Amino acid sequence: MTATSSAPSLSSSPPAPRVAGADGGPGRRRRRLPFSAWHLLLAPLCLLFAVPLIWLALSSVMSDAEINRFPPALWPSGIHLDGYRYVIGNAMFPRWFANSLIVSVTAVVSNLLLGSLGGYAFARMRFAGSRLLLGLMLATMAIPFQLTMIPTFLVMKRLGLIDTLGALIVPSLVTPFAVFLLRQFFLSLPRELEEAAWLDGCSRLRVLFRIVLPLSRPALSTVAVLTFLTTWNDLTWPLIAINHDTQYTLQLGLTTFQGQHHTHWSAVMAGNVLTVLPVLLAFLAAQKTFIQSITSSGLKG
Amino acid sequence: MPRLPTPLTLADHGKEQGNRTDPDAPHTAAPAESGAVRRRRRRESATAWAYISPSVLVILGLSVVPVIWSLLLSFQADDLVTPSRWVGLDNYRALAQDPHFAEAVRSTLLYTVLYVPLSIGLGLFLALALNRRIRLVGLYRTLVFVPFVVSATAQGVLFSFILDPEFGAANSVLHTFGISPQGFLTDPGQALYALIAISLWSGTGFCVVVLLAALQDVPASLVEAARLDGAGRRHLLRHVTLPAITPVLVFLLLWQTINALQVFDLVYVTTKGGPLGSTSVIVYFIWEQAFKNFTAGYGAAAAYTLALALIVLGVLPRLVRALRARTGRGIEGATR
Repeated sequence: MTATSSAPSLSSSPPAPRVAGADGGPGRRRRRLPFSAWHLLLAPLCLLFAVPLIWLALSSVMSDAEINRFPPALWPSGIHLDGYRYVIGNAMFPRWFANSLIVSVTAVVSNLLLGSLGGYAFARMRFAGSRLLLGLMLATMAIPFQLTMIPTFLVMKRLGLIDTLGALIVPSLVTPFAVFLLRQFFLSLPRELEEAAWLDGCSRLRVLFRIVLPLSRPALSTVAVLTFLTTWNDLTWPLIAINHDTQYTLQLGLTTFQGQHHTHWSAVMAGNVLTVLPVLLAFLAAQKTFIQSITSSGLKG
Repeated sequence: MPRLPTPLTLADHGKEQGNRTDPDAPHTAAPAESGAVRRRRRRESATAWAYISPSVLVILGLSVVPVIWSLLLSFQADDLVTPSRWVGLDNYRALAQDPHFAEAVRSTLLYTVLYVPLSIGLGLFLALALNRRIRLVGLYRTLVFVPFVVSATAQGVLFSFILDPEFGAANSVLHTFGISPQGFLTDPGQALYALIAISLWSGTGFCVVVLLAALQDVPASLVEAARLDGAGRRHLLRHVTLPAITPVLVFLLLWQTINALQVFDLVYVTTKGGPLGSTSVIVYFIWEQAFKNFTAGYGAAAAYTLALALIVLGVLPRLVRALRARTGRGIEGATR
């Protein structure tokens, strides 16, 4: 975790002058920052948020003897990779990982593609009923998932998708959030560029892919990161749609894994680390975009 | 008339009867709708529909259809397998008398009433503290936020390990302070509070990030002016900062409430509604009815009850805002 470089990213909108200096600017300015009494309060408090995750990492490299004794060791005597070896050697676990990856990556790609197409049509094209449709799509964002989960199960059952990855992929193909966010972003782009391309004889699709999308990196990565996070972390829908353990996602697998291997805690924790790691890496890589998307989408929603 | 000219490739196509075909046509076209313009519009309409139809199919197909289906389902007895039977309002009547549903409503409300204000309060405190020029502030912000990206499943597994009454690290820490071991998630009197604590661990970071953004939008000139007028730290907070971020606080209140009323994953992973039903929240109840007891109609009725509560929550702030606007207190900068 990069301490100073992460600061400007966590402040979403352009930082006010008051705080600008805290954001790890040039070294000269940083040296002037005095030690503040606030550290006495903030350090322990923020550490409290880190401790469970640190404990997760530590316990995943403990030996089973260390974990199972009471009181448990608070620090591993060395790095024991038995837990990881067990998890990776377990035929099911890599499969669940692959399933999660397939579902999440498909969701990301298709949200970007279908969201761009839909968002572009709503932003730049005129057609009968576009306002009504957009309104309807927005309204669906307000529908709680719990209301639709039982009938969605029945729909998927009619389609013969229950107990296949298809049942997980189809509902996450495109979300109203992706369409709406991309539409808003496209609206903010200057039309002149597109018009120039039009006059040069570019087709709609070409304009979208060659001009609009390359300019839309921030919006696209927002959609990508948020889609990955929600599909990777989802438990409720896989729990409903999947029965057979070869089709489990990582989250679903982890819940049963925990039950079966209660005594093998280091393996459970190693599995947990492997479940958390991808989103953690995605978050750290796209921290800036991610925080911005949280604040902007939140405040507009 | 569309501002963007239709592409040459499409406009050039075929049998335009005597209309000009130069690329600038839409800009210079006569006010009367010529056949070419109409044709172009139709083409554009077709293209647009081709672009949006996958989204429309997936989004509306998997929301409008289920919403209606769910309503119909709530008037039926259905086990997800055999044909269902129409029972009218019986499901809702049974729901009103079901002690388990009442218990679920009670736990959900208690969870919400504690989690929402605590997460926003703690979030506000941390945001105020982190919104200043001190060293390591970036690291602090990251530390507070990272738990938010950890899935509820991973949180559940991690905390059932930490809070394990026999082997858990939490009791071992308490032990060193001379406090007797606690049951945490296995104690009916503590389980819901333990869940709230776990949710606070992961959910506070979200509030911090949103509030930090809001705090940085508070106009510096306003703060400066108040300071020159001799406002102390407390006055500044009460009369300048808090009023300026009120819209964001309202948003957070709504957002966190909606999320709290829908809590499920964490409960499923840690306590499965137990011990003794002390953590059986509404969504867990719905899931249990539909996919464990196979009384889908009954579950749908419970889901509709929850949805109605959420709709009321969604409408309420709008009502308040409308009332406020009527009394003439338009809040500037409320909507960005």
